[in-house]
Amino acid sequence: MTSAVSFQNVSRHFGSVRAVDAVDLDIVPGEFFAMLGPSGSGKTTCLRLIAGFEQPTAGSIAIFGERAEGVPPYRRNVNTVFQDYALFPHLNVLDNVAYGLMVKGVGRPERQKAAEEALALVRLPGYGARRPGQLSGGQRQRVALARALVNQPKVLLLDEPLGALDLKLRENMQEELKSLQKALGITFVFVTHDQGEALSMADRVAVFNDGKIMQIGTPEDIYQRPKTRFVADFVGSSNVLPPDFVQRYAGQHRWGSLRPESIRIGRANGQGVAARLVSTNYLGATTRLALDAEGLRLHAIVPAGAALPREGEAVVLTFNREHLHLMDELG
Amino acid sequence: MSLDAAMPRATAPAILPGSGGVRGGLSDLFWRRPQFLLLLMLLPPVLWLGIVYIGSLFALLLQSFFSIDEFSGLINREFTLKTYGDLLQAANLDIILRTVTMAALVTLAAAIIAFPIAYYAARYARGRWKALFYLGVMLPLWSSYLVKIYAWKLILAKEGILTWLLAKLHLLWLLDAWLSLPIVGGNSLSVSSTGTFIVFVYVWLPFMILPVQAALERVPGNLVEASSDLGASPGQTFGNVLFPLALPGIVAGSIFTFSLTLGDYIIPQIIGTSRLFIGQAVYSQQGTAGNIPLAAAFTVVPIVIMGFYLWGAKRMGAFDAL
Repeated sequence: MTSAVSFQNVSRHFGSVRAVDAVDLDIVPGEFFAMLGPSGSGKTTCLRLIAGFEQPTAGSIAIFGERAEGVPPYRRNVNTVFQDYALFPHLNVLDNVAYGLMVKGVGRPERQKAAEEALALVRLPGYGARRPGQLSGGQRQRVALARALVNQPKVLLLDEPLGALDLKLRENMQEELKSLQKALGITFVFVTHDQGEALSMADRVAVFNDGKIMQIGTPEDIYQRPKTRFVADFVGSSNVLPPDFVQRYAGQHRWGSLRPESIRIGRANGQGVAARLVSTNYLGATTRLALDAEGLRLHAIVPAGAALPREGEAVVLTFNREHLHLMDELG
Repeated sequence: MSLDAAMPRATAPAILPGSGGVRGGLSDLFWRRPQFLLLLMLLPPVLWLGIVYIGSLFALLLQSFFSIDEFSGLINREFTLKTYGDLLQAANLDIILRTVTMAALVTLAAAIIAFPIAYYAARYARGRWKALFYLGVMLPLWSSYLVKIYAWKLILAKEGILTWLLAKLHLLWLLDAWLSLPIVGGNSLSVSSTGTFIVFVYVWLPFMILPVQAALERVPGNLVEASSDLGASPGQTFGNVLFPLALPGIVAGSIFTFSLTLGDYIIPQIIGTSRLFIGQAVYSQQGTAGNIPLAAAFTVVPIVIMGFYLWGAKRMGAFDAL
């Protein structure tokens, strides 16, 4: 099967800055693909390479098997939901949504009908006559989505689309985007720096750092079995364990990772890793503990309501051997 | 800690004492009642505009309803529409039509020339190039208007630089063919309507470039990308996104170029034919002819035209993007 988007050894350099550095990537048709990474990691440049706003310095890009280098954005059947929505301020909502059909020469009644349907799809029916300036952030987001979807793109690109929304709205939109993607069957490529968002929505996640892909896999893979220290650290605040520490408890001289929720806190006289409780952070459903184990700073998450030692008290940490994940990086 | 050194925590009061004196008192007063400050800042310019500008405009309007006694040359201060009747004579209508046509063409040409320059400056020019752009646009405004016009006379004259250049390029026949045309032609460019047009466009161009550049500067770059992303070719993006969003700037610029051309009386006098423009007509009516009412009536024409122009622009939605 041909990939929806395929990168072969793609680089994009801006002067001496390697924004994207020799990236290989295959996105399966119909999947919800997330590009996750800190700002400046190259994920947005990758998205812009797919959209056609950037051209690769080296390598080749194919969209559904067709070569895309040198093809301008307006000849790609790919649409983008921009980070700050980029709605046309001089057009009303209906004309914004119908824009793509208008420039393709679709007649007025037909394109307005399609735009109305797209607005209904994003649950904004009857908002057509308003100006973008009269809408809330969440509503603009939906209009931007409708404006892209009305063109029935082969690939939909979303550039941090939920970044400007508040928490509640963001959670709602995550669910909606996910179900919309399932219903439409369009390939979604989603850029985010929020690991929770990537894990909860995507079928597969690519973790970016310094213009390179560190790891591609399902959310479970990425979360449970990070390959590198960077992935372990960036995707959920995992405890990164140095090789010497891992050697002692798992018998291999490699970097390891241990999820905070895998650590149990015990009495000071028991068996395990001797540590001292530094501070506690109440997070509602759970409590996050900062611990000092022989100079190594560890974090543990325990359910709220559990009996906790006092700050500064000595404790013993235990964990299940299987929960200690060994990474590819050797010491 | 350095913070403690700068302000000892134990002794610092929660509310600081006023700085005292007239200045301190005024600062506190203006903070509590910001409308005082606003009034103080706005009063002088409002008085200036109200009395000197609106007042003289009103006096002008009043004068245009007086008439002149043709025998004595004295002004008859009684309300009449006779002067406006005189304005509609064929010779005067001819002046109005010539001036309005020139103003419209100058505005159109200025907009067409200004747009790419303004677009470059707004989209691509950064740092040193941006400074160079502002310098290039503003520099002509620093030198005297008369110097520039006489410089153009030298460029456009029969023995001038342009004729010399075209002769070198073996293109003199093109100039001669153009000059042999009626209306736009003449003995040389410096005594033709074409010459007047060229100089008008040159002199008013900065007034078009700057507002268009300001309007384009406010268009977020991602709107152009969004348009392209949705399948619009560069031409369609220009027509559907850039032009409508730049239109308030173009209209603002055209107010300058249009009204400045309508009122100017020096350029057509130095460069061009002997046929009059509104400005020249006003100048001669209030000067040698001593017909102040007719001069006033002539002056009302550009005001009325600009009024209609702005009304039309608003109706066509030129200010919707503001």
